[in-house]
Amino acid sequence: MKLYLKFLSIHIRSAMTYRASFFLSCLGHLLITTNVFLSVVFLLGRFGTVGGYTLSQLSLCYAVILAATSLAECFGRGIDAFGRILSEAQFDRIMLRPRPLLFQVLCQDMKPTMLARVLQAVAMLVWAIGSGAVSWTPAKGLVLALMIFCGAAVFFGVYLINACVTFFTLEHIEALNIFMDGPREYGKYPFGIYGKPVLLVLTFLVPLALVQHWPLQYLFDRGPSWYGLLPIASLLFLIPCGLLWRLGVRHYRSTGS
Amino acid sequence: MIEMKGICKTYRVRRREAGLGNALKSLFSQEYTEIPALQSMSFTVPDGQILGYIGPNGAGKSTTIKILSGILRPDGGTCTVNGLTPWERRREHVSHLGVVFGQRSQLWWDVPVMESFQLLRDIYRVPAGTFQENLDRLTALLDLGDLLKTPARMLSLGQRMRCEIAAALLHGPNVLFLDEPTIGLDAVSKLKVREFILEQNRLCGTTVLLTTHDMQDIDALCSRVLLIGKGQLLLDGDTAQIRAMAGENLSTEESVADLYRRFGI
Amino acid sequence: MKKYWSFFKMRLMACLQYRAAALAGMSTQLVWGGMEILLYRAFWLENPERFPMGMEALSTYIWLQQAFLALFVIWDWDYDILKSVKEGSVAYELLRPTNLYGMWMAKCLGTRLARAFLRMIPVIVVSSLIPAPYGLRLRIPPETFGVFLLAMALMLLVVCGYSMFVYALTFHVTDPNGVMVLSVAAADLLGGAIVPLPFLPEGFRQFAALTPFASMQNVPLRIFNGNIPLSEAPGVMGLQVFWAVALLAVGCGLTRSGLRRAVIMGG
Repeated sequence: MKLYLKFLSIHIRSAMTYRASFFLSCLGHLLITTNVFLSVVFLLGRFGTVGGYTLSQLSLCYAVILAATSLAECFGRGIDAFGRILSEAQFDRIMLRPRPLLFQVLCQDMKPTMLARVLQAVAMLVWAIGSGAVSWTPAKGLVLALMIFCGAAVFFGVYLINACVTFFTLEHIEALNIFMDGPREYGKYPFGIYGKPVLLVLTFLVPLALVQHWPLQYLFDRGPSWYGLLPIASLLFLIPCGLLWRLGVRHYRSTGS
Repeated sequence: MIEMKGICKTYRVRRREAGLGNALKSLFSQEYTEIPALQSMSFTVPDGQILGYIGPNGAGKSTTIKILSGILRPDGGTCTVNGLTPWERRREHVSHLGVVFGQRSQLWWDVPVMESFQLLRDIYRVPAGTFQENLDRLTALLDLGDLLKTPARMLSLGQRMRCEIAAALLHGPNVLFLDEPTIGLDAVSKLKVREFILEQNRLCGTTVLLTTHDMQDIDALCSRVLLIGKGQLLLDGDTAQIRAMAGENLSTEESVADLYRRFGI
Repeated sequence: MKKYWSFFKMRLMACLQYRAAALAGMSTQLVWGGMEILLYRAFWLENPERFPMGMEALSTYIWLQQAFLALFVIWDWDYDILKSVKEGSVAYELLRPTNLYGMWMAKCLGTRLARAFLRMIPVIVVSSLIPAPYGLRLRIPPETFGVFLLAMALMLLVVCGYSMFVYALTFHVTDPNGVMVLSVAAADLLGGAIVPLPFLPEGFRQFAALTPFASMQNVPLRIFNGNIPLSEAPGVMGLQVFWAVALLAVGCGLTRSGLRRAVIMGG
């Protein structure tokens, strides 16, 4: 943990070396997500509600997804950018050091500029919480926190799968963007909006709905309270991800490059 | 001690021919060719030796280094470094190993070198006392001084290489792999690096395995040379033997070129 | 001309090599488009009267957008070019007997066409098999198709012209990142990439339509799906021509003066 914090401080300082481009990329991240949110505002302005959700409920939904993806992208960047780590042969160097591989990959790269989005998400959360979308209780507050952290963990698992695939293909597989960038784009609406098949896939295959759609039902008093505990179940997803990672490392050691 | 016995390694490589038609075809079917990188490679390096490992490009030098450092698992054969099989118990193995890749950096680009060193100290869990001792010695021998306060990206190639070598030795490994450590360096830096390697070997008894294309490195450093080609060991001897084999009054460089031609590699 | 053609062929082949990436790209586009349509379907079911175009027209818009994505996106910067300008190695390009701007243009067009070429066919085939109103409606009058092709060509000129403009700007500003970041955001919102322009609120929509970004994907897609009737096409396409000419002219000028400066400063 101490070592991880040291790496974090190095990455933040490296990013700050190029101050102008640091702030510009922060700005860029913010503009993209602001655009996405604006699209929600525009469409809701035209249609009033969608699937029974109001704008303030949707902004709560988007704030959760934004916080989770940005946390995952900030701290899981090493895995997100794993293709580069492989192609620049940094993974060889990692294997030469006496620390767990995954830990080192995480340390290798971080994306402090993503913290701008975390701040944006916090601001949106504060607004959504204040706007009366939810009648708050302590339990609901806890569920909200669970949604964000388990959400980040699921995204992290998705990155990990992507990294494992990179071991075999040596290039980034764009199809995985569906699950990497997709949720940030489409998670602005509760996944139930997209119909049952999508909801089923995102519940049982890549359990993103367990950190978004189902607990939201609980928060909005549309479903039973045990929905609020579903984010914890989503953590099971990390088990197959971890196994796949081991498989990938084994493959790498038998083929090199 | 490094021991390799009958190590084999074969790569499968995707084949692609030139031309637009073939590029389209490869969308649907792909052919593979098997390339033997190492064919039953065996040798032993006693502790404290400086070994030159030479051969033309693609001879299998980096495959050997990768296997010895535990990055790659061979298809067959046995191998021990310090009594450990490199690809088993990776963490234990690499904590006694130092590796320098001449073409790649292990320093963090934007922070002062000293911070990279401290990070390495934490990664390798080097006790504070040992670290200070090693650092002082390396700083003196490699003449690092002010370089430690400079970010790595602002160093010249020669300065950076000295820092790289120091970085690989901070945890006091007893085996050091140097992969083309003098590539692209100016004459002064080259001499400095060579001088240091000898000094390190003499003071600490570090076993050094050196791959290089620079025969002056070999002349200056290596008491023993392995010549490999097409994945096989072709010659095991000292520079005098190599020159003797080539006959006439050739320099090491010319002798090696002559041998490459003679072995058809 | 021949050298531009061989250059184009080279780019095409470079892109074709990434087989897995290409195959995966198609499926990405299909899923992406599908999600988008499911989303608008929810709005459509909510209140069909407030929909500014038919559901089928919207589906057509989205599928074509996915099929030709590589032609439309503005964020697909050529970092080789940007780097060569920034570090001054662009001066070496002068050693070749080609016009620099022309070569960049060939590179830009080549990369985009090669990528689109690989992806569009499967996306179009699959999406046209989806039943109405969620599939791609391909049956349109031949004259509309002709106008659509013309609008696509103009769109390409505007998109590449815009990229060239940013590359050329790099000669004159220290850090083009700000312009790039803003361009991407503006193109997303004003160009109809996130939400088709007819869905934008009154006032904002009219403003967006005048920007160069609206002369990109917005025009050909809405001509194809019938949202812009042929009678209105000359107007919007006239604007496309204006932006294409303006961007090419400014880009050319900036490149020329930038190169002169680079040569004087010795790279």
